[in-house]
Order: sequence, then C-alpha cells, then structure tokens
Amino acid sequence: MAMATDVPKDSFRLSMLVYDTRYRSYTIQIVVLLLFAMAVAWLLNNTAQNLAARGKEFNFAFLWQRAGYDIGQQLIPYTNDSTHFRALLVGLINTLVVAFWGCIFATILGVIVGVLRLSHNWLISRMMTVYVETFRNIPLLLWILLSYVILSETTPQPRDFRVTDEMAAAGEAPAASMIFFDTVAVTNRGTNVPAPLFERGLGSVDLGFVTLNLTLLAALAVVAGSFWVNHRLVAAARAQQEATGVRPATWWKSILILFGPFIALMAALGFHLEVPELKGFNFTGGILVAHSFTALLIALTLYTAAFIAEIVRAGIQAISRGQSEAAFALGLRPNRTTRLIILPQALRVIIPPLISQYLNLTKNTSLGIAVSYLDLRGTLGGISLNQTGRELECMLLMMLIYLTISLIISAAMNLYNRSVQLKAR
Amino acid sequence: MAEAAKMQVSDEVAIQITGMNKWYGQFHVLRDINMTVMRGERIVICGPSGSGKSTLIRCINRLEEHQQGQIIVDGTELTNDLKNIDKVRSEVGMVFQHFNLFPHLTILENLTLAPIWVRKVPKKEAEETAMYFLSKVKIPEQAHKYPGQLSGGQQQRVAIARSLCMKPRIMLFDEPTSALDPEMIKEVLDTMIQLAQEGMTMLCVTHEMGFAQAVANRVIFMDQGQIVEQNAPKEFFSNPQSERTKLFLSQILGH
Repeated sequence: MAMATDVPKDSFRLSMLVYDTRYRSYTIQIVVLLLFAMAVAWLLNNTAQNLAARGKEFNFAFLWQRAGYDIGQQLIPYTNDSTHFRALLVGLINTLVVAFWGCIFATILGVIVGVLRLSHNWLISRMMTVYVETFRNIPLLLWILLSYVILSETTPQPRDFRVTDEMAAAGEAPAASMIFFDTVAVTNRGTNVPAPLFERGLGSVDLGFVTLNLTLLAALAVVAGSFWVNHRLVAAARAQQEATGVRPATWWKSILILFGPFIALMAALGFHLEVPELKGFNFTGGILVAHSFTALLIALTLYTAAFIAEIVRAGIQAISRGQSEAAFALGLRPNRTTRLIILPQALRVIIPPLISQYLNLTKNTSLGIAVSYLDLRGTLGGISLNQTGRELECMLLMMLIYLTISLIISAAMNLYNRSVQLKAR
Repeated sequence: MAEAAKMQVSDEVAIQITGMNKWYGQFHVLRDINMTVMRGERIVICGPSGSGKSTLIRCINRLEEHQQGQIIVDGTELTNDLKNIDKVRSEVGMVFQHFNLFPHLTILENLTLAPIWVRKVPKKEAEETAMYFLSKVKIPEQAHKYPGQLSGGQQQRVAIARSLCMKPRIMLFDEPTSALDPEMIKEVLDTMIQLAQEGMTMLCVTHEMGFAQAVANRVIFMDQGQIVEQNAPKEFFSNPQSERTKLFLSQILGH
C-alpha cells in the first residue's frame, strides 16, 4: 500500500487562474484593480487635458483674493473686503452651527417622540405615528421651503407691532405683539431675539488669525469646572453607597454645583439682555436671526427627529420584556429598571444608526442653499465658485471639508459607542 | 429520613388566594382560584399550555394584575398600592423560563444589583452574599464572566442564585427547565431539590414529574384557567380523579 506522506503536487496550468478556487479570487481582484486604475487614470488625464484646453491651471491661490460679497450671518468678523478663504471659514462655521443645534434638537425631539410612540395611550401613539410618517416620507427640501415660506410670508411686518397714540387712547391692541414676555419679535424680515451683554466683560485677545472672546472662554471654563466637580460628587456618592449601602441624596447639590458658579459669574460680569425695540420702521437692538437659518434648523430638526424616533423605538423594543420583568421581580422600581437595565442595553442598539442620522443631518445642511443660507455650500461652493470660476478646486475642497467633518463626527460617536458596547462576549 | 424532617411544613400561611379572577380583555384566563400555601410547602403546578398556570404564579408577585378576589402574600395584600407590591416583590423570588439574566452585567453584578439598590446593602457585603450563593449553585468560578459566556444550565443556576441573594421567603419557578437541554435539566433540578430540602416555600410550574414526585407535597393540575385537581404527588399520579387529569397524565407520561 502506498504511503500518502507527501502532499500531492499537481502542476500549475494557466487555466487554473480561472477555474481553480485557490487562484480564481486573486485573478478577479487583480483584473478589477487594473480596470479601476485605468478608469482613474482616464479621468485624471481627461481633466488635465480639458483644463489645458481652456487655459486653466489647478491652484488654490484664489482663496487669498478679495471675496467682494456680503454674508448675512457671520459669527467671525467678515466684510466684503475679506478673502475667499475668510468667506469659506464663515460658511463653514454657519454649517457647523446649524448642524450642531440640529443634532441636539433632533435628538431631544426624536427621543421624546420615539418613547411616546410606544405609549399605551392610543391617541398619543397614533399622533406620533402620523408625525413620523409625514415627515420622513416627504423630501427634506420641501420642508425647508415650507418652513421658510411660513416664516417669511405669514409673519407680521415690523410696523404692525407699533402702538400709535390713537390706538393707546382707544385702548386697542396692536396687530402683532412680541412673544416670550415681550423679548422676541418675529417679523417678516427675521426673528429679533435678545442679545446677551456684559457690563464688565473680560474683553478679547487678538491672536492675529483668530480673536479669542475671553468672556465666552471664562463661561466655558466655569461650566466645564462645574461638570467636573459634579462628576466628583457623584463618584463620592457611589463610594459611600458601596461602603454603607445608602446612597446620599445628591440632586440638590448637583443643581447647586451645576448652576451656582455660572450664575455667580454672570452676575459678576454684569450680564443682562438687550431686548429688541421697535424704533421707527424696524426693530433695533438684540440680534436679528435670519429666517433662512431658522427655517433650515426647524426643517432639519423635524425631519431628522422622525428618523431618530424610529431608531429609539426600535432600540427600546429590541430589549425583551423579560428584562424588565426580571428587574421588577427583584423589587426594582420602573425608573431604576429603565436606568440600570433598559437604557444601557437600548443604547447599544440605538447609537450606530444614530451616528448615520447625525452624518445625514450635517450633510443635509447643504440644502440651505434653497433658502439662501450661506453655509459652506453657499460661500465656497456657491458665490466664491461663481466669481472665481475655480469650480474644480472649490468642489474638491468642499467635498474634502464635508468628508472631514463627517469622519470627525463618526470617529467621536464610535468612541462613545465603544464605551457602551458589551465588554465581553 | 433526616431530609424529610427538614422538609416539614409549618402551620403558618404563606400565600392565601381567595376567589381570584383574571381577564385579558374579554378572555377569562383565571377562573375563581382558591388556594392556600403553607410555609415550607412545595407545590408543583402542571397543566396543558394555555391553562393559566404561568399567569397564576405571575399574579403572586404582581407581574400580572388580577381583577377580582384577594391575594395575600406573607400577610400583605396585593393591591395597586406600590408599597405593598414592593414589599411582596422583595419577599418573593422568581426564576423564569428564559433565565432573563442582564446581559450587560457580569454574573457578580447580576447578583448584587438588587441587594445594592433595593435592600441598600453595602457593596462588599452584597458581593460576599453573592459568592456564597454562587458556591451553593456550584459555579463560583464564573463570577466575573458575562451571561452570554455561560451554558443554559449555568445561566439558570445563576438566575436561581440571583433570586436567593434577595433572601426571599417564597420562590416561584416558571417552567425553569423548559428551555434547557436534557443534560442541563438535571443540574438545575438538583439545585431546586437542594433548595426544597432547606425548607424554602416553592411554587413551581413544571412538567418534570420526577421532580414533583421527589420533592412536592402537593401537585396542582390546571385546565382552562381553573384548578381541576390537587393532591399529594403519590395520589395524584397513581389515582387521578378527573378524566381531564387522566388524559393529561397519559399524554405526558405515555412516552
């Protein structure tokens, strides 16, 4: 009997590249790679040729030229004498501002709606269903336009707020009045909100490129410090619970720690609100928030919250009833059960799709162009592009920036996700 | 015989159910239930699926509400009063068919969670108690693993230990071995028999007739939401009274 000690060797034939399972996948991958490289080379070559034919070159020097256009909402100093790069920064900040608040409001609203949709109250759960289905099944662009039209067409003119002497004598009310204790005026030109002012502000430091607002920095530092102290307080309470079994009440200390120092700082700096006032034909004082911003924020929030609500609902439903029953049987009350058993498990299901929604919302801010909201798309990808004719550079740069923002959000959320996932399996 | 001495039933009433009825919407799940459980009694409840046996024991710690009648557990009547419900739940342990361990917590954390948050026991003491009961169900070496890393039988023993950590006076078992492989059923039943020998008051929904014959002092047969027959296991198996009981026994003992 022959001993089968050697691995049988069969000679390599060329046809094995196609028919042998060991080589086939390599063959396919190499072919695809070659085709892809050829496609990229063709695109690059085509672009270079077309640029040459039009006598254009590829460079970003235009970023340092004078922009020459105005931007309504600017959170860093900007005039039409500033450079295109400065305009890009203003646009980028506008994008980030609307994305930041959008994510926060959409999360709050989404969680509330998602939980209410599971309510046993028939009316409430049906109302939430109607909301979710209406908003997620109609394109976002239409919601943005609708919000804008409602805000700018149905709101009163500034003169409607005026109280003339005759009206005062007759005891008549004006056609329109301010809301939130007479501090906010919504007119067809925008929303006038109170401006925070400081009698003894800390001023600012000019670092050449950026200007640091010391008042804002001090406020942020105080808030961060308060959170740190509160964290220590909770840790101390946990230690005491582990040692004695009784957890000391911390809620009022937490409130004191979280709000006390901030209120004290505000008082020390002489914080007060400058309420907008009707002067002549328009409101002065306060801050004028453009309807383009408000409409974009409202539409993004309502639209994305509908998706987040579904994610939250799915996350809660993914936890079996047995989990809460086991906790109840052990004597845990419903609120503790939610905090110790349901939420830690639901978060694991909720966070990954939530990351996608944050990315979607951030990218969807570029639809602000429909209502002339000058974000990154409106400045760099809109007016700067049209004025300089550098479409290739502008588009590539814009794509790169959006990509970077998305990757940063994704990385941060993934980091958080890892902290709530199961430690072992 | 020493074991039998330990398994004495006292004349103190542990659970008293009188004229209890329950409906799910229009469906009458439990009809006119009357039963008394003495301290130290071990009762096996059996019956076809849908007969209301799980619902009955879930009423005893108010995972289900009853609509009519009275349930008194350890002198506390179950009403809508949260305080009464808390009191009963802290005295009554429950083991589920699907274990229902908390997958995001380690075995040790599963066991100490309720003592720490409900009984306000210091963490160290709670962990000592947990390790004591883990040794008792013979898996102390698994304390720092997660439930997903354990076999079904081990998970169910952890679930039993988790209930015991609350030092309950009554234990409810809702088909504790139905989701287990035959080999693992034995290790769980051994744990339960050990518990019975220590004098725990037990109500167990199960079809393990061997277990019923070994430890139960009473077997209750339910059908269509009613208690059809109850008797000592010897009588129950050798001389069933009603036709329905005979049919049921022939079906589960027949193969």
